[in-house]
Amino acid sequence: MFQLSTEGLEKVKKELKRYETRESAIIPSLFIAQEENKGWISEEVIHYLSNVMDIPASRIAEVATFYTMFNLKPVGKYHVQVCTNISCCLNGGRELAAHIAKELKTDFGQMTEDGRFTVSKVECLGSCSTAPMMQVNDTYHENLTPESAMNILRGLK
Amino acid sequence: METKLLTEHYEKDEFRGLDGYKKNGGYEVLKKALKMQPQQIIDEVKASGLRGRGGAGFSTGTKWGFLPKNGEPRYLLCNADEGEPGTCKDRVMMERAPHQLIEGMIISGFAIGSHKGYIYIRGEYFYPRRVLEQAVKEAYAAGLLGKNILGSGFDFDLDVYSGAGAYICGEETALISSLEGKKGQPKLKPPFPAVQGYLRKPTIVNNVETLAAVVPIIRDGAAAYKKFGTEKSPGTKLFSLSGNVVKPGNYEIPLGTPLKDLIFKIGGGMKPGRKLKACIPGGSSAPVLTAEEVEKANLDYESIASLGSMLGSGAVIVIDDSQCMVDLLGVLMHFYSHESCGQCTPCREGTGWLNKIVHSILTGRGRLQDIDLLIKVADNMKGRTICALSDAAALPVLSFVSKFRDEFEYYVREGRSKVKGTSYAEMHH
Repeated sequence: MFQLSTEGLEKVKKELKRYETRESAIIPSLFIAQEENKGWISEEVIHYLSNVMDIPASRIAEVATFYTMFNLKPVGKYHVQVCTNISCCLNGGRELAAHIAKELKTDFGQMTEDGRFTVSKVECLGSCSTAPMMQVNDTYHENLTPESAMNILRGLK
Repeated sequence: METKLLTEHYEKDEFRGLDGYKKNGGYEVLKKALKMQPQQIIDEVKASGLRGRGGAGFSTGTKWGFLPKNGEPRYLLCNADEGEPGTCKDRVMMERAPHQLIEGMIISGFAIGSHKGYIYIRGEYFYPRRVLEQAVKEAYAAGLLGKNILGSGFDFDLDVYSGAGAYICGEETALISSLEGKKGQPKLKPPFPAVQGYLRKPTIVNNVETLAAVVPIIRDGAAAYKKFGTEKSPGTKLFSLSGNVVKPGNYEIPLGTPLKDLIFKIGGGMKPGRKLKACIPGGSSAPVLTAEEVEKANLDYESIASLGSMLGSGAVIVIDDSQCMVDLLGVLMHFYSHESCGQCTPCREGTGWLNKIVHSILTGRGRLQDIDLLIKVADNMKGRTICALSDAAALPVLSFVSKFRDEFEYYVREGRSKVKGTSYAEMHH
């Protein structure tokens, strides 16, 4: 069964008191839980949060399924998100995404066999003047070439 | 040509921290503002002609004026959910000058009588969020936020709230829904947020750049601000220049600057051997301009509107003659069908169909009548929904198809791109 760490649970309790309404704590709490659940939100996580937050599971599921940053299936240790919106496309964003998936021998949205990577194509990340770009977990990498992107990914522990 | 009212000190690393910000004149304007009457500040902002920098271009002073004139609690929300494709200016503003935004928010909060503000920042902006959170902490420690700010008797609390990935949350009522812990779905207007917004309380939602611009306006006065820009579009604005241009970047220039100057003089023009083909002047939702129209366009709200497009967020996306317009419309339609919140039928179904039709053309299954079908579907989506996302998807379709119809027809007939000579499958298998 999924359970937050003592520290994680404390954080959720703090979020519940932080805003004008308790429900505003749903998004931050889902982020806290996702981080402790290897990067994704399972049904179990939703029910667990519902219990500890005393908010109906349907309300939590509504939020978890609406926003793209909540992963509803397992992702690799490194989630590689390549922007394929217009400014990146004009600078080879789609070719970059295809190159990365090919080099990592995976399809978009699938986890590599060793569980290290998931490669996704995503919409505009606000890095349009420094295109093309990818986001690896929390970090932006900009002005990429297929080679520089692969060097970054190969250099990850 | 660049005119740095907001971005003057952006190159200095110290400007990100409180000490460095103060060293460069930071929070002096707040001291001045706290000695003014709130109504004086509102009048000054109104007189400056400042228009919302997030996309709609609505008069900021007028928006503030919609608040009820009683003591009812009210909220000030900063829209930092920058998501309009092509736009990356707010990110730079938050990374380089977090205190400028905070100072602008305290002054604005004082002006409208709000004691609580939130900065709603898109979830992907981890780094700018960390910078902002650090700055908010510094501001509290220095007595610039919280109770009795600088001994003025004015209280203002500020917190940073992270979104979680949804373009629609940049729409102000969707942002409010999201901050309330719900799906980010827009709400019917009226009531407008100024009357009934966050938690059904009067609420003002302003873009990052709008709130930051309050600082130089109060510092120098409305008359000084109006020396820049045009009569109806006063001041400076940050433009995010991207696409097929030699020097992409964020540039602060006076409104009314010729578009071709931004592209060619500041942006260095096209790569060698390439020619300008088209330009989207205000983020992906703005109708595309042809190279001939670019010649006539100035970067102010009126000039761009007179050409049938929008200045929007100031995201200038440059397209050179190596690009296939059918292919690019496919990129945009995928985006809008992905981002429709699903609430209104014309948008939910329409964006899906537009995406399918463009991709059926791209994959060689298109028929000539599909080109008119695109126009018909887009026409049916305009003005029939709660928010502007539906129009934002329809407008690019109408402009791409009407201005580059030959490329669409060629693609249908030949099953490949007129420009690239190859098919979609060959371009991106």
